[in-house]
Amino acid sequence: MTIHDHDHDHDHDHDHGHDHDHGHHHHDHDNELDPMAARVRALETILTRRGLVDPAAIDVIVDTYETKVGPRNGARVVAKAWSDPVFADWLRRDATAAIASLGYAGRQGEHMQAVFNTPDTHNMVVCTLCSCYPWSVLGLPPVWYKAPPYRSRAVIDPRGVLAEFGVELPADKAIRVWDSTAELRYLVVPERPAGTEGWNEEQLAALVTRDSMIGTGLAREPEAA
Amino acid sequence: MNGPQDLGGQMGFGPVAPEKDEPYFHAEWEKRALGVTLCAGAMGAWTLDESRHARESLHPADYYSSSYYEIWIKALETLLVRHGFVDRAELRDGAVHGPGATPKRVLKAADVPAVLSRGGPCDRPVSTPPKFAAGDRVRARNMHPVGHTRLPRYVRGHVGVVDAVRGGFVLPDTNAHGRGENPEWVYTVVFAGRDLWGDGSDPTLSVSVDAWESYLEPA
Repeated sequence: MTIHDHDHDHDHDHDHGHDHDHGHHHHDHDNELDPMAARVRALETILTRRGLVDPAAIDVIVDTYETKVGPRNGARVVAKAWSDPVFADWLRRDATAAIASLGYAGRQGEHMQAVFNTPDTHNMVVCTLCSCYPWSVLGLPPVWYKAPPYRSRAVIDPRGVLAEFGVELPADKAIRVWDSTAELRYLVVPERPAGTEGWNEEQLAALVTRDSMIGTGLAREPEAA
Repeated sequence: MNGPQDLGGQMGFGPVAPEKDEPYFHAEWEKRALGVTLCAGAMGAWTLDESRHARESLHPADYYSSSYYEIWIKALETLLVRHGFVDRAELRDGAVHGPGATPKRVLKAADVPAVLSRGGPCDRPVSTPPKFAAGDRVRARNMHPVGHTRLPRYVRGHVGVVDAVRGGFVLPDTNAHGRGENPEWVYTVVFAGRDLWGDGSDPTLSVSVDAWESYLEPA
């Protein structure tokens, strides 16, 4: 693949080579890219010409995080912990190894810690200093996780933040916020919903949302699944 | 550094506004930004700590008005210039003007799965025993280094309790500046919300940070 393939990706469905006179902005036109698109394209072009970056490697990275590594990984970890007390115990003691046993490891999941919600305590994860997030089990972080409103408020007003996610906890339920300031990456194990006795891991995993593993949500109730 | 990245407890940024069914990327360039950042990092010329420091060294006005991928790209340009892979004129012109630094390695497409699944572990042996144990009361030092650090301002000077000893890890404060890994013990230290935020704060709240040993003193 050459660097020019990306140009074509942007342009192939537009025929605007001769219509400069009518005043519209064509944001995907080569000469009228929005500033960040142009900036990134220039950077990739330079690095590719220098032989420092392989555009095909970028494609593989993007495909990995679009189609292979995402919150379904974490949901399977949680479902297994709900189903298998031995696994849950292992997850509590050595989350990195327990998670790796299911095939999930690697970048931004090298040092994992699982934190378990209980009837008394709700756990919530933030990175106030940047965007640290357990990629190996949750994939790429959502925009809000990386943005100042969440990063600033999660540690001082977690109930206010939860309300914006539509979550209201009992007033006497303790909240523990984990600020990921080092290289540990946290996975919240939400409480298993009532009424799921006898469910298999696949059924259970369908109840486990991404937000419930960050702590900004709860697992789905069975009737909502 | 007391930079724009140190957001814990800041006010005025508005509601969180979660997006329903959020896509992984909001524009094609974000995909390329992710990939080019990871590929450039894989050259091995700088550490993750150095790249974090480059991001938080953006001017605060720039940092707060940039999306996270924008922050990544702006910091990546700084790193590439600092290490001699491109110069500012090339970035301005979008063209190669002359020779640049030679990387230790270049990430090829075929190697991406292995490199991603290997990650970059940063646990290291520490030759001394941990100074603190679970249950110990410790104070986060009142320190304000001008370089990189991972001790957020909102805990500095406050007393917390060691929750767990997590092992030895590369010290970002030196590693970000090419001054060595200097691994130290890392502890999870938990603070009462009321100690951090005072009267009127959530009485059920506790907040923990993961702190390197040199960030802490006995209390």
